[in-house]
Amino acid sequence: MATETLTLGKALNTGLRRALENDPKVVIMGEDVGKLGGVFRITDGLQKDFGDQRVIDTPLAESGIIGTAVGLAIRGFRPICEIQFDGFVYPAYDQIVSQVAKMHYRSQGKVTIPMVIRIPYGGGIGAVEHHSESPEAYFAHTAGLKVVTCANPQDAYVMIQQAIASDDPIVFLEPKRRYWEKGPVDLDAPLSGAYPLHSARVVRPGTDATVLAYGPMVRTALDAATAAAEDGRELEVVDLRTLSPLDLTAVYESVRRTGRCVVVHEAPGNLGLGSEIAARVTEECFYSLESPVLRVTGFDTPYPASRVEEEYLPDLDRVLDAVDRTFGW
Amino acid sequence: MAKGDPAVSSRGRRAAPRSRRAAATAEPELVQLLTPTGERIESATGPDGTEYRVDFTDEEYRGLYRDLVLVRKLDAEATALQRQGELGLWASLLGQEAAQVGSGRALRSQDMAFPTYREHGVLYCRGIDPIMPLGLFRGVDQGGWDPNEFKFNMYTIVIGAQTLHATGYAMGVHMDGKTGTEDGEAVIAYFGDGATSQGDVNEAFVWASVFNAPLVFFCQNNQYAISEPLERQTRVPLYRRAGGFGFPGVRVDGNDVLASYAVTRHALDNARLGQGPSLIEAYTYRMGAHTTSDDPTRYRIASEVEAWQAKDPIARMKAFLDKQQIADDAFFAEVDEQARAEAVHLRERVLELPDPAPVSMFDHVYPHGSPELDAQRARFSTYLESFEGSAH
Repeated sequence: MATETLTLGKALNTGLRRALENDPKVVIMGEDVGKLGGVFRITDGLQKDFGDQRVIDTPLAESGIIGTAVGLAIRGFRPICEIQFDGFVYPAYDQIVSQVAKMHYRSQGKVTIPMVIRIPYGGGIGAVEHHSESPEAYFAHTAGLKVVTCANPQDAYVMIQQAIASDDPIVFLEPKRRYWEKGPVDLDAPLSGAYPLHSARVVRPGTDATVLAYGPMVRTALDAATAAAEDGRELEVVDLRTLSPLDLTAVYESVRRTGRCVVVHEAPGNLGLGSEIAARVTEECFYSLESPVLRVTGFDTPYPASRVEEEYLPDLDRVLDAVDRTFGW
Repeated sequence: MAKGDPAVSSRGRRAAPRSRRAAATAEPELVQLLTPTGERIESATGPDGTEYRVDFTDEEYRGLYRDLVLVRKLDAEATALQRQGELGLWASLLGQEAAQVGSGRALRSQDMAFPTYREHGVLYCRGIDPIMPLGLFRGVDQGGWDPNEFKFNMYTIVIGAQTLHATGYAMGVHMDGKTGTEDGEAVIAYFGDGATSQGDVNEAFVWASVFNAPLVFFCQNNQYAISEPLERQTRVPLYRRAGGFGFPGVRVDGNDVLASYAVTRHALDNARLGQGPSLIEAYTYRMGAHTTSDDPTRYRIASEVEAWQAKDPIARMKAFLDKQQIADDAFFAEVDEQARAEAVHLRERVLELPDPAPVSMFDHVYPHGSPELDAQRARFSTYLESFEGSAH
């Protein structure tokens, strides 16, 4: 039977294994990705089966991981870099923004950097500082990069393979608090004909308000929709999946029907993805809107100590509160 | 730490600024095969006992001289073009011709180079049209050559970033099984003395070392990072840094094209044979400004520049060719004439470089295009067209 129930983490692991099998130029590199299988075990067993030239334990230097991956990409490899935690990506920020993102442009198309930068991101696991951040806006703001994030095991399995097969440099954000959530995964689904990587998807149809979420917040938005339905309100939930480029075609269609739009993300609200989405939805759906586009986000503070992170992170109640406000406008 | 501990007393000795400067900038044990007065040295020994020598034919000696003169002349032409407003900026290599031509000619055809933004001499040796970097500094593109065709990568302006790219590429060479034989591949990473303070360069040293990458780190120590002298970057001679990372380092007279060639060729061949990375510190001097936007009279004295003038890389090669009767006045005149003609030709072509079409800025952001950028391009084109026929 091709469909198995897997955790999101295991789905990623299986997708990575498939990519290593299918293309000898694919290599995985990062801190502790080899013998240990990564601190979240996403690369578990891969070095054992593919060897230490394909699954490379690197020195502890994030700029080095990305910078050497650039050289490997120029050489014709397809490197997959693991950054151990969101808060540790910043030493590599220069290489990502100034080198990875611009190489194709500067060379007028002569050089491509088919690289995937995997980053476990977001909070909710009770971690110490620097382990719970949501840096997606930094990368989505940078031309030349693409940014995607998965929210369920099936998407994790397919999207990681699509990202590896892409010629673009892709920041692949993994919702770490959902690593252990299970779902069905069709392991035989061919990549060709799969749902396109840079496409949003309606994950729950509804008629009364449109709720946009991605990564770890999709589960939260779906839970909110379930609760709202008990109160007689049907929320349409869209999993954005791709943060750069944004795919808002289905969102515009939805908002024109519902007239109300709420964007949810863990990252701080100021200049976050929600700001851009609100601007675009307003431009495209101005005459359909019954209320302003509202954002439910982390606060504009550093990520707080974990004992108060449940208050920092958007949850079901804050989503429903925002939906209520769109009706009270 | 106990009183009288050697480390304490040595730290005490280094406290005086004058001796710190001496520690960083003295000229110990330069590998040199051609003295500033053009005397040929048969062989020179490096710090690890390696004996360096070259065995060139007269034709090859004359060829190196020709390279040096051409590279300097084209560079001077670029500086002049900037002064006349035809380039936005120029980073001159004046004074560093020998380090660049020596190392550039030491590369075998299969070897890959990762330059900074000043390696016009290496670029020339790789067979790239010398107008290419002028396009970059004129602002019509961001470097037009094909890195894979010429085995010479894009210029890198962010200091030191390319050393990691070179390291990764060299790891790839090793993973492709292209080391261990005499026709194996090697990689060279260019950077300067200022770059040695960058994290990326130090990370590249670590990575190249632990992965035994077939890589030569070629540091042109031209004594200044814009205005900052070497002692602001280091308390030890730069080539000795290599020891701490676990690979050999050597300091070569960077104004000696023969020694620069010998040391680089040896290091590249070691790398291609699978013996791992090494560091070359090419000890040289930036005779001109950092770039045309810089004013070096604010931070260095004329006597220092004059002292280095006496070590000029081209003058010593010319003296050698003359004394050994390898070349005569007719040859020198012919090279000068070729350089003059190529500079004129370069100038003519630079003046004819067209500005890119504004909408070309949307090209090549992504390998397979972007519907969003297509839409922005279309809107911007419509906007531009709205001015046609108007006073704008």
